[in-house]
Amino acid sequence: MAATLAPTLAPPRLLPSGDSAVTVEFSRTIDDAANQRVLALDRALTESGIEGVIEAVPTYRSLLVHYDPGRIGFDALGDKLLALASQPQPPTAKARRWRIPVAYGGEHGIDLEDVAKTLNTTPDDIVARHVAGDYRVAMIGFTPGWSYLSGLEKSLHMSRRQNPRLLTPAGTIAIGGVQTGVQCLAGPSGWHLLGRTPVRTYQLHRNPTFLTEPGDRVTFFAVDHKTFAEQDRAAEAGKIIAELTES
Amino acid sequence: MSRLIVASIGPASSVQDGGRPGSQRYGLTPSGAMDRLALATANCLVGNELFAAVVEIGPFGASFTARDGAVRVAIAGAPRNADIAGKPVANETSVTLRDGETLTLGFARGGAFSYLAIEGAIRGEPVFGSLAVNARAGLGSPYPRPLQAGDEFSVAAATGGPEQRIELPKPPSGPIRVVLGPQDDEFDDANKTLFLSSDWKISATSDRMGYRLEGPVIKHLHGHNIVSDGTVNGSIQVPGNGAPIVLMMDRGTSGGYPKIATVISADLGRLAQTSAGTAFRFTAISMAEAQDEARKFAQLLRGLPDRLRAADTVELNIEALHDANVAGHAVNAVDAATWQTPAEP
Repeated sequence: MAATLAPTLAPPRLLPSGDSAVTVEFSRTIDDAANQRVLALDRALTESGIEGVIEAVPTYRSLLVHYDPGRIGFDALGDKLLALASQPQPPTAKARRWRIPVAYGGEHGIDLEDVAKTLNTTPDDIVARHVAGDYRVAMIGFTPGWSYLSGLEKSLHMSRRQNPRLLTPAGTIAIGGVQTGVQCLAGPSGWHLLGRTPVRTYQLHRNPTFLTEPGDRVTFFAVDHKTFAEQDRAAEAGKIIAELTES
Repeated sequence: MSRLIVASIGPASSVQDGGRPGSQRYGLTPSGAMDRLALATANCLVGNELFAAVVEIGPFGASFTARDGAVRVAIAGAPRNADIAGKPVANETSVTLRDGETLTLGFARGGAFSYLAIEGAIRGEPVFGSLAVNARAGLGSPYPRPLQAGDEFSVAAATGGPEQRIELPKPPSGPIRVVLGPQDDEFDDANKTLFLSSDWKISATSDRMGYRLEGPVIKHLHGHNIVSDGTVNGSIQVPGNGAPIVLMMDRGTSGGYPKIATVISADLGRLAQTSAGTAFRFTAISMAEAQDEARKFAQLLRGLPDRLRAADTVELNIEALHDANVAGHAVNAVDAATWQTPAEP
């Protein structure tokens, strides 16, 4: 009774996003396979050098392609994008892997205890589960450097806060829904705050300005609050705190 | 080098230019002027590149003083009273401030944003190719924040060239045009019709990130949470309370609310210049029409230098008179360009 379903590689949908952009949608839900196809199309599009394409923005489930309608029209570009999306995916290049320190709990992770209570466990256990995860940068969006990670363990999936906070600190590491992420700049968030990292995924006068790329792998490790304070000062001065390896 | 001092300025004023596309995949929004036509017009009048950095002035008044030499400027965008020591200065006309003179601008009379271009353009350190201020990301130059009284710009000394005015075509009127999507299928026909047939007003809480709309409640078919995807300038998202928000130049690069439609690029500046409280409507057009309008708009911008006239010629807008059916096919005898018969192609 093990009738295997053929892998469904349905063609993506082309959604008009005004006269100068088109959304290539692979899925309506957060879906790892769809995200892989988004990132593959993103790479293929970069390599294709299609005339008139300005930039592309990968997300969990779609690729938004900005273009100049004076150089290519919606129909012509749409055909090219669908053709690229139907090509077999080239084997992915070696992923870059970031190891990111996090000061969990206390003033840096004000929701850690509540999350533990909600999930009937201890804060230490939540931290253990969070650092055990092997994550991928599914997309970067909303504000500079905010890296949305896929791969959060099922037991940590939680609905977002009823009342989003208007201001959460720079470097916040949080969970929300089926996602976790690194929020680089201070700003509003409806996620649950587990900790803070000294790592700046975006820092204006540093080279590189942006650390993470969509498709990068990420793991977290816990540091104490004193180490956080030291690393935070070094990071502020432009030092790159995250460890980078290829895997 | 001369200096131009910001003697006074209201909120929502900052240095802007054509923006910085290219880093949206890292969450960095392009920013840039809210009204590209007015940006390009102001720059054209003082001989700058069309998308060079200018002062974007919010709806309140402002004044600017020249120091250490003369400074040539022009304003375009929302109409406002302007004077130098009580002597009126026309909008969309270049004018040279002598050392020590102050240009005083009143409140916007209709519209929201005006653009003060300075001959030689504002100088600063570009970030990803642009000086545009994005206050949330802490970038922009020379001041990575809204402008304040006392700020100053180092600028080229005025070249002393003849002053210029510009003859712009009559701005389009009628509803703001949109293309439906990308998530119009998250709304039923009744709610799409409601969106396209209702009067809307821009809320006073609007800013460079987004224009909040006041009008009927637009209901979703399947709730208001979608998995975040990319946004564009002019995306009309509908959050949980059913009050649409048009995403503007400082938008987040991704968003998790269904987007019912997108304002066409040719009409985005016109929407940006709609005063809070003024009723307007949307109308949906086809992708082919929208792209045609985008190409025409790009052509209009490119052709701006051909519309410059010497400032001392009589200010008659032939196209406007023609549209008003006043002038028939009469020509402006003062401006040679309008009475020479164009060569047949």
